[in-house]
This record gives sequence, C-alpha cells and structure tokens, in this order.
Amino acid sequence: MKLNKISNLLLATTIALTVSAAAQAQSRDTIQIAGSSTVLPFSSVVAEEFGNNFAQFRTPVVGSGGSSGGLRQFCQGVGANTIDVANSSRKIRPNEVEACKENGVKEIIEVKIGYDGIVFASRTDAALFKLEPQHVFLAQAAEVPQNGKLVANIYTRWNQIDKNLPDQEILLAIPGSNHGTREVYEEKVVIPGCETLPLVQAMEKDAAKKVCTAMRTDGRVVEIAGDYTETLARLTAQKDAIGVFGLSFYEANRDRIKVATVSGVEPNLDTIISGEYPVSRPLFIYVKGAHIGVIPGLQEYAQFHVSEGMSGFGSVLESAGLIPLSDDERAQMTQNIKLKKSL
Amino acid sequence: MTIIAENPIKAVATPSLVQQKVIASLSKRHRKEKLFRRLGLSAVLISLGLVAVLFINIFSRGVPAFWQSAITLDIYFDPAIIKIPAKPEQQAEESDNDFRQRYLAWQTDVGFVNFNRLITDSLQTILPDASKHRRDLARFVTSGERFALRDMVVADPSIIGQRRTLHLLTDANIDVWLKGNIDRSLPDEQQQLSPITRQWADKLSADGIIQNRFSFALFMNPDSRSSLASAGLAGAFMGSFYMMLVVILLAVPMGVAAAIYLEEFAPRNKITDLVEVNINNLAAVPSIVFGLLGASVLIGWFNLPMSAPIVGGLVLSLMTLPTVIIATRSTLKAIPPSIRQAALGLGASKMQAIFHHVLPLAIPGILTGAILGVAQALGETAPLLLIGMKSFVASVPASPFDQASALPVQIYLWQGNELRNFFEARTSAAIIVLLMMMISLNGMAIWLRKKYEKRW
Repeated sequence: MKLNKISNLLLATTIALTVSAAAQAQSRDTIQIAGSSTVLPFSSVVAEEFGNNFAQFRTPVVGSGGSSGGLRQFCQGVGANTIDVANSSRKIRPNEVEACKENGVKEIIEVKIGYDGIVFASRTDAALFKLEPQHVFLAQAAEVPQNGKLVANIYTRWNQIDKNLPDQEILLAIPGSNHGTREVYEEKVVIPGCETLPLVQAMEKDAAKKVCTAMRTDGRVVEIAGDYTETLARLTAQKDAIGVFGLSFYEANRDRIKVATVSGVEPNLDTIISGEYPVSRPLFIYVKGAHIGVIPGLQEYAQFHVSEGMSGFGSVLESAGLIPLSDDERAQMTQNIKLKKSL
Repeated sequence: MTIIAENPIKAVATPSLVQQKVIASLSKRHRKEKLFRRLGLSAVLISLGLVAVLFINIFSRGVPAFWQSAITLDIYFDPAIIKIPAKPEQQAEESDNDFRQRYLAWQTDVGFVNFNRLITDSLQTILPDASKHRRDLARFVTSGERFALRDMVVADPSIIGQRRTLHLLTDANIDVWLKGNIDRSLPDEQQQLSPITRQWADKLSADGIIQNRFSFALFMNPDSRSSLASAGLAGAFMGSFYMMLVVILLAVPMGVAAAIYLEEFAPRNKITDLVEVNINNLAAVPSIVFGLLGASVLIGWFNLPMSAPIVGGLVLSLMTLPTVIIATRSTLKAIPPSIRQAALGLGASKMQAIFHHVLPLAIPGILTGAILGVAQALGETAPLLLIGMKSFVASVPASPFDQASALPVQIYLWQGNELRNFFEARTSAAIIVLLMMMISLNGMAIWLRKKYEKRW
C-alpha cells in the first residue's frame, strides 16, 4: 500500500512538473546573452552590477560560444527561446545580417562598448620579442617568397625570419576561427604583414589574398578553439610557444606571460587609445530590437552597459581591462539605443 | 577396483609419460602464475598511485581555498552618506503589487548610495597615509561587499547611525598575495597589486586585522565576475540540486515501472527483444547526443527556457533511464522464483505477488541502481554545455525554471577564468565539493545495499 501511495505521489508531481513547464515556456523575464569570450568578462560584470542595482529586474545570464556562435544564435529568430543580446568582438557581417532578416530578426541595434587590444605574449622565462606584422605572416604562412618564387614555408626558427629575433623555435597559438579575435588577428597583423612583401604586391588581388591567409599545416601554428586559458596552458607546456591574447587577459596574468611589441609599440591602455599600437579592435553588443519591451529590462541593460559608471573612463569595466569609448561615442551609443536605431 | 587403487601408488614410483610431462611443466606453470599475480598487483598499485596523485594534487591546491583573507573592520553606517527615504510600509488600501513596486523602487534608491565610502572611511582610520592612494584604497575590499552592507540597510534601516564590526573579504589579488600564490619576489610591473597595497596587506596581516577565515562566500554566494573574491558555488549547487530533483522524479519512477513491466508482465516476443536491445544501446549512447536532443527538441520545439535546470534535468533523465532500467531488471531477476511461486500459490494475483513480495525485496538493489544513476548524472557536463548551461549566472535560482549553472559546469567556467592565480585554487575547491557529493552518494548506495541485503 505504501508503495502505491508513493508511486501515485510521484506520478502527480511528474504531471504537475510537465504542465508547469508548458506554462513557463510562454514567457521569460531574464535577459539571455551569448557570444564572444572576449566580451564575456565585461558583459558578465555589467550583468551582475545590473542585477544588483536594479531590484526590479533579474540578473541577465551571459553565455559564451565565440562571436560567430553568438551571432548565429542571435539570428535564429524572434521569441522567448532565442537570445536577446549577442556579444561580438567583431562587426556583424553582411551575410549574418541577411541570415538574421531571413529568420525575422529585422531590428538589430549595434552598440559599440569599447576597445580591446590583441597582444602576442610568451612565457616570462622566454626571450623578448619585437615583432613586425611581416614576421608574423612569415611565421604562419603556408608559402613564403624565396628567390622571387613562392615555396612551402621554410622557416622553423624566428631568427631565420629576421636576425634580430631570438633563436627560438616557431610555435604560434592563435585563436580558432570561431573567435572574433581571429579575424582581427588576420586583418590587422597577417594581411598587412603579407602586403609588405614585393612579390605579393605584384600579384592580383584575389591571388594575393589567398597567399596571405593560407596557413602552414605542419603543426607549428595551433588554432585554439577554447578560451585564453587554453592558450595559456599551451604556453605552460611549451616554452617556445607564442600565444595570441586579449590585453585584459594579459593584465590579469602579468606574472606568467610577457608581451611582445608590435611595430615597436608596447601594448597598453595609452598606446591603444592613441591608436599607436596597431592591433586593436572595437567590441560590440548586438541587441534584438523586437525584444525591447518584451523582455523586461533589455533596454535598461543596454543603456547601463554604455553608462559612464560602467564603461567610461575610471569605470568598473576599465579596471577590468576594457579600453573605454570617448564620451562623444558613448553618448552616440546611448542615443542609438534610445531611438532603437537598427542596422 | 584394485587397478584404480593401484595407479596413484604406481605413479609416485615410476611416473607415466603424461605424468612426466606434467611434472616437467610444473615450474613453468607456477612461474606464469606468479608473473600474472605480479602484473595484476602492479596494475592495482599503479591505478591506486594515479588516484593518489590526482587527489593529492587537487586537495593540496583546493583545501587552502576554503579559507580566504578577510579584513575585520569597524563600519560606521554614516547618516551623512546614507541618505535614503524611509522604508515603505504597506498601506491599508494599497494592493500587494503596488506595494511591491514601491518597495523595489526604494531598494533601487538604496542601491545608489555609495556604500564603498563606508568601507574606505573605515580603512582610512587604520591605514597610514591612505588618503594619498584613494584608488588603491577603493579596491582593497572586494567590490561585492558593498552589496552586503546595502542588504544590511535594506533589512533593517535602523542600523544607520550605528557601528558594526564586520569581517569583509579582501580583493582576490590580496588573497593571492598573502597566500603566496603569486611569486612575491617578482618586480613591480609583473605584480597585480600596487606596492602600497602590498605593504598595507602585509602590515594588516601581521597585525591580525586581515586573517584567513573560513570562506562562507564559497558556499553562500552565486558566481561573480565583478567581485571575484566573493564568487561562490550556491547558484551552481542549487542548479544541480533542481536537476537531480527532476531526475529522481522522472527517471527513477519511469525506469522502475519500465523494468517491472519488461521483466514481469511483457510477453517474450520479437518486439520486447528489440526493446531490450535498444535499452542496452541507449545506455551506451554518448551523453553529448542527449544534449543535442535537448537543444533541438526541448528548447527548439517545446520552447522550454534556455539554461534552465528543468531542461538539464529532462536531458539527464533520458541519460539515466537506461541505467535505472538495467539495474532494476537485474535486481528483479535475482529475486528467487520461489517467492513469486509461494505468493501465487497462496492465492495472490500476479500484481499482488510482485508489489507485495518481489518489489520490497528488490528495493535495496533498485535504490542502489538509482543512486548510482543519479551520481552519474550529477557529474555529467557535456549535454549541459549544449543547452545553454555554460552561461555565467550571477543569481541563485529559485525554481527549476530559472536560469542556473551546475556544479561540473561551474568547475569548467572557473577553469576558464582569466585571474588564474585566484581561480586555480577556487576550481580545485569546487572539484573537492563535487567529489565529496559523489562519494557520499556512492557511500549511501553501499550502505543501503549492506543494510537491506538479504541472502537466500
């Protein structure tokens, strides 16, 4: 008898659970965010402060998955089972805007939240690097110019590329293609470095691009699909490896890694704001306009993100490693959110 | 008869050809056996050694994280800083909803008070030349503690104007510095803290004002990224708890019912054979496949919320179901048929024979199977990554429908946190908590089996 009662009780609870699940499915009162792992630490801080400051809204939930992954989720459609904000460390691509529109995501509000530098770093016990974009290209390319011809990459040590570089094995740990950082790495370092070569300059545009982006496949360049901690683990395991990191990650781990200068400039807040350091990029959040007014607090969250206390100079995010927008740019962003200015 | 009796005696005297062969190979066989025993023993020793290395590694790193640097401060709730309207009281004619709105608005007002001032003011009284380094001062206590002060005011506004002695968590980097998790001999530019902060920390630690206190934050707080020192496991723990609740409510009764039907009632034919084969196959399906199913069916079609323990629980239930079915069936099989026959012989119906006699005897086995299934589900990570539980959630879920993380996922997230010096230890501490839960679940399974075990 006792057993029967227990099983009846279990049955009842199960049914109740399923019914309430169906009822819950209709609405959502927590903002859902996903995307770039570079933006994630910043967005998480904002989400937490937002939840703590606005008692009437719930704390937003921030997921990762890389810029491309986030934007793909963002463009899946409109409704409670799709995300509200996509974090991205690169600008949305035209084909992604198309995909969004096809799925009914018509209002995409682009909000720039600040800048981030990309640094090349090695272990503190490794040699100091003074890199030029050309060095990086020659280290990672599939084919390099040799006696006026393109041949399969012959370089195995950095000092073969340039006598002034350390005599050290070439090992590069770069972000995987799911990361927005990868695109910036290619656009700001590899391609400019490639285009300094006379042989490439003489080529047609399409052919040149192919040469510039083709990567060697002999294991000297490793694509890291995970977070920067994975890149750091690679450096810990291999003394000669050079990793590509965000500036904020380097700042938090200065006791373990040191940065290389690029084109003679050391990366830090000042050189990135002034634009002297060449490898920096803006960070974005993309807000789903159709969800404003449906998901409570979405507009407030976006505005809070670009408020002075959060991402201005001397703000919480600056101390977390974000390079702030100028006050004018920030005012512009706030305006865009208020007017729901869509792409 | 005599021939048989004679043979062994003869064998001792002059061995036959076969016996000679046996005697010759005897030492070789013994050698082989010895070798095999040694191999087996060394396999056991190696695996034990590896487990020991793992445990020593995790415990030596993780145990210190259960204690955390906290500073003892005398906080004055200065009415000049905390200027807030009176706490709203519900009026007689006011509806609950209106009052709630008013109360929330008041709470937001309280949130705008600069509670950090209270902390820095108090720090200034004990630190020399603090006013010259306002920035360092503001970062000395972890930023989340200002909300602790706010919550004290929200709970009881009469505290304003009074003094309280509080233990506040210091910044994560101060904890790292005092524990020596960063090389103290590194030059300034490689240090996380400014020279003056390091001096302060050392002085206050020597004076006993900063002490290593048991970290309640680790258990009471949800995850945090803006105030790293106060990041805790409460959110992930509740997320895991709700998921296990769903698994226990769904997978266990369904699994047991399915097993009873298949074992006792179902006719033996091709269809039941097919079902049986498929259940065994299902047990071997990689868990990530269930995650894909959850993402596309539960979230995509049924519109269940993302990152919610209910979805995680449903996915893990699917994963645990075959384990429970298989365990229950083998337990039922092991009950001697004489018990069924005796019940049937005394006039019980088949249903009565099973529910009154067989099942009570099978309960310890069923419970063991169910607990092991639940323990397996508790440690599962892969399917949860696909249903959005890999997210940063800074609140403790109040129901299975709220966004949450889970313990193993929290370990994964902390492993990826950029402040390595602090989170390496924190991650190991989280692993210890999860291990302890698994060990106690497994222990419970063993205890139940021993307690109710019956031998025939």
